[in-house]
Amino acid sequence: MQDLVRIENMSFSRGERPIYHNISLSIPQGKTTAIMGPSGIGKTTLLKLIGGQLRPQEGDILYKNESIPKMKRGRLFEVRQQMSMLFQSGALFTDMTVFENVAFPLREHTKLSESLIRAVVLMKLQSVGLRGAAQMMPSELSGGMARRAALARAIALDPELIMYDEPFAGQDPISMGVIVKLIKELNDAMNLTSVVVTHDVAEVMSIADYVYILADKRVIGEGTPEQIRDHDSELVQQFLCGQADGPVPFHYPAKSLEQDFLGSR
Amino acid sequence: MEWFAGIGRHSLGKLAAIGRALFVLTGALVAKPSLKHVPLTIKQIYVVGVQSLAIIIVSGAFIGMVLALQAYTVLVDYGAEESLGPMVALSLLRELGPVVTALLFAGRAGSALTAEIGLMKATEQLTSLEMMAVDPLRRIIAPRLWAGIISMPLLALIFSAIGILGGQAVGVDWLGVDAGSYWSVMQAAVDFDDDVMNGVIKSVVFAFVVTWIAVFKGYDSIPTSEGISQATTQTVVYASLAVLGLDFILTALMFGTH
Repeated sequence: MQDLVRIENMSFSRGERPIYHNISLSIPQGKTTAIMGPSGIGKTTLLKLIGGQLRPQEGDILYKNESIPKMKRGRLFEVRQQMSMLFQSGALFTDMTVFENVAFPLREHTKLSESLIRAVVLMKLQSVGLRGAAQMMPSELSGGMARRAALARAIALDPELIMYDEPFAGQDPISMGVIVKLIKELNDAMNLTSVVVTHDVAEVMSIADYVYILADKRVIGEGTPEQIRDHDSELVQQFLCGQADGPVPFHYPAKSLEQDFLGSR
Repeated sequence: MEWFAGIGRHSLGKLAAIGRALFVLTGALVAKPSLKHVPLTIKQIYVVGVQSLAIIIVSGAFIGMVLALQAYTVLVDYGAEESLGPMVALSLLRELGPVVTALLFAGRAGSALTAEIGLMKATEQLTSLEMMAVDPLRRIIAPRLWAGIISMPLLALIFSAIGILGGQAVGVDWLGVDAGSYWSVMQAAVDFDDDVMNGVIKSVVFAFVVTWIAVFKGYDSIPTSEGISQATTQTVVYASLAVLGLDFILTALMFGTH
């Protein structure tokens, strides 16, 4: 299986704070790859690195064997037309209707006639179940609907790679079920390569072909969902089972209780 | 020593901000103009220009009226009330029109531009544009920058025209200055190139600086409610100070040797 994206020995820091140290992973073409890990370890940062919005200090990120950090801006924008990203907030343009939002990338990057754009937009909205909401403004949508509208916009240009940033966060069970179904169906129907960044274990394990678990600036576990469930790392098991204490301690590092309570006397 | 290092850090921070501001400006202005973006600029001219008309007209009228009233009380002592027309017109065209319009524009449209762009950043709309291979500097910043540069000189001219009419309402209709002398002495005293065009040039410079500060502060804001609030305040403060400072320099260059 050919890899669409390959991250090779990549290190990335924000200022003095290291986020990733020498990590390597690959995203196989046509598959759904899940990237999981505790909050705040830089999962969204990883998507931004793949999208070329951030540059690593060391190592390389290859898209179809072409280095993203070394691309010139013009080439990067060409490559980005083959990528898409579903943001956690949806990031819909608030001054446009749902229809206009989905039509936006088509109008920016194609010379399609308005009638063809209308047909494509309605098809995309139909695929996420929001054809009836085409004329609504983003402020009128529920959180789940906004995410589905953003998904319709993300697939407007039929990208090869789609990156989902916490697609299930803050969703009710019905909306979550809808999004899980959409990710799976779109991936199969359009032969997309999907990268799902999340910490919702059950949902993503049901649709992922391959899973990476990140923590402590590195990949701590990888494999198929079955391999991950049986992984022998305590940290992986703590994450999967949602245990409050373990290798990731419940208490934030601090002085001893005695020192804190009695030290000032 | 720590104090000295602090000055160094602060200076480096300011230099970096100037670099980022120049990056935003060149990204917005140097990029190849696209016909697709003309409707966006027209929409922004409506938002920053047409929607600022009310405050400009009301302020222009009151400033013209106050100017006429103040000038009349001085001029009448010297029997020179026929000079009221040029006094009002020159004050407005050379100074008050461009300067007050720029200050009002910074408060009304500049702060709104900063808040809008800052909120677009906070809600990841700018990032999503980047990911859709659309340059936010061209799609978001450039139309707003051009709209400011086009709108503000027109607003300043409207401000001056309304102010002159306000001056007439007080000077001629209320205080009894002869209408013929109000207009004819004004016509004789006001030079198109020296007065009207210099005012327009000032206004274009103010428009450029105020809109640049507004869009940059929004684009560079920290994407939190506190960060956007801070950026909006900075837009009004920096733009107002820049206008007043530049006004002195431009006035010295244009009229200083007369």
